[in-house]
Amino acid sequence: MFPELNNLLDTTPDKAEQGKLTLLCDARTDGSFLVHHFLSFYLKANCKVCFVALVQSFSHYSIVGQKLGVNLTMARECGQLVFLEALKTSLDVFFQKPAEPHPLQFLREASAENLQPLFAFVREALKPGDDGEATWKYPVLLVDDLSVLLSLGVRAVTVLDFIHYCRAAVCVEWKGNVVALVHDSRDTEDEENDLLLSGLSHQSHLILRAEGLATGFCKDVHGDRSLTYQYKIQDKTVSFFAKGLSPAVL
Amino acid sequence: MLESLSAFGGLVLLRDSIEWEGRDFLKALIKKSALCGEQIHVLGCEVSEEEFREGFDSNINSRVVYYDLFRDPLNWSKNGEAFPGGPLGTLRAMCRTTDPRPLTIVLDSLSWLLLHFPCNTVCQTLHALHYRDSFCGESSPVERVNVLGLLHEELHGPTEMRKYFLILLSSPQTQQFSILPDFSLDLQGSPLQSQPHPDPHTFMVDPTAHLTFNLRLSEKEREARDSLTLPFQFSSEKQQALLRSEPGQASSRILYEPDAYDDLDPEDPDDDLDI
Repeated sequence: MFPELNNLLDTTPDKAEQGKLTLLCDARTDGSFLVHHFLSFYLKANCKVCFVALVQSFSHYSIVGQKLGVNLTMARECGQLVFLEALKTSLDVFFQKPAEPHPLQFLREASAENLQPLFAFVREALKPGDDGEATWKYPVLLVDDLSVLLSLGVRAVTVLDFIHYCRAAVCVEWKGNVVALVHDSRDTEDEENDLLLSGLSHQSHLILRAEGLATGFCKDVHGDRSLTYQYKIQDKTVSFFAKGLSPAVL
Repeated sequence: MLESLSAFGGLVLLRDSIEWEGRDFLKALIKKSALCGEQIHVLGCEVSEEEFREGFDSNINSRVVYYDLFRDPLNWSKNGEAFPGGPLGTLRAMCRTTDPRPLTIVLDSLSWLLLHFPCNTVCQTLHALHYRDSFCGESSPVERVNVLGLLHEELHGPTEMRKYFLILLSSPQTQQFSILPDFSLDLQGSPLQSQPHPDPHTFMVDPTAHLTFNLRLSEKEREARDSLTLPFQFSSEKQQALLRSEPGQASSRILYEPDAYDDLDPEDPDDDLDI
């Protein structure tokens, strides 16, 4: 969790808004630091978190989480965190026909038309109140990242439907939050990805955009965020400053 | 144009973008139609009923019938038998009402329908709604059907938009307006014909108000500035001063002390050129 980002968004783990879809979007840079921020933010806020990790392993998120002051292993053991490690479980689907519906079932299907099993997994993970889970504040779904689904052959409209259902269940029905990362590939003219990004932008309440600097890499400024701020990722935190006010420039 | 929208009839498309979301404007138009005594049926695919009804007073809300396709549009939960014909079937069923008052059908949004159904099927359904043929039955007592559709323009390619919809639109007009918190419209005329009058609901900020330096000149300062001759300005006095021959000019000469290692050649190097 980066306190400076919380200040900019005017939020703290104690008083975060509920029922919102937050879209994280990165262009010509890596926006995963935002995913780590929200993962640690909601774990600290004592929320029930379902994390759909499509790009990295559990240990990767766990190590970054440790730096940010949250213990993912412990959160998983005590049931606060439900972690779908797609890199590992996808093997179960690839090499044998799963006996029961698998969240990543679409990997076996030629025309990957349906993400319903994945939604069923999310729904099952976040459904409130069956085993005395009143200790958790509200449910949160995090997806890292949705663009991978497109690369796996899922159509953009199908991904939009998946998020639509997640929004209907998590945001509206249970008053929780959804956070999802999508890459912006305007430069590469990937029509499906553009459709996904615009569709999600219309659905979301907040869009955080991490953008690489037009001038290229800089040791002390790593990118523009939502047009207003520039940031630098440090070992354990990220500092934000108004455009052009980096210590490297002044 | 906006005053007559409800009397305009037919299909009205509302194109919006990510920066400028059109749902508030859609709600403003719904309020206008509802106040004219029309019956309003909303096909809601993008936001929950609660969110859509937010901001309307109970008078308007009671006239709006919301068909909630948001919760389960694709029937994943397998128990949603509320809309057996799917979204398009629901749409067709809307005009089979026995209420003779003019009917406004609101599509929130048309983009959602276009992403999930073939374009020509959607167009045919809209056409049928407007002309109230076959689907609605000949005996439909509804006086007039208007269709109001919200379209997110980023979600459709430019060719697609042109191909199917531009024919349906009348000549474009530009009109400025603001939407008040209770979804009533404050019309401000077209920007070319009249100056937009200052909106009492927004607080205008003067960017030159609190500056640490002075942007304006007093009369005295202006005179002083005008009388100043800048170094690059060429005046006749300056020209005279430069052209006037100096008194000691004839007697001036160049003194040059050669260095010890200077290789001075007294010969003219261009001698052989025979100039």
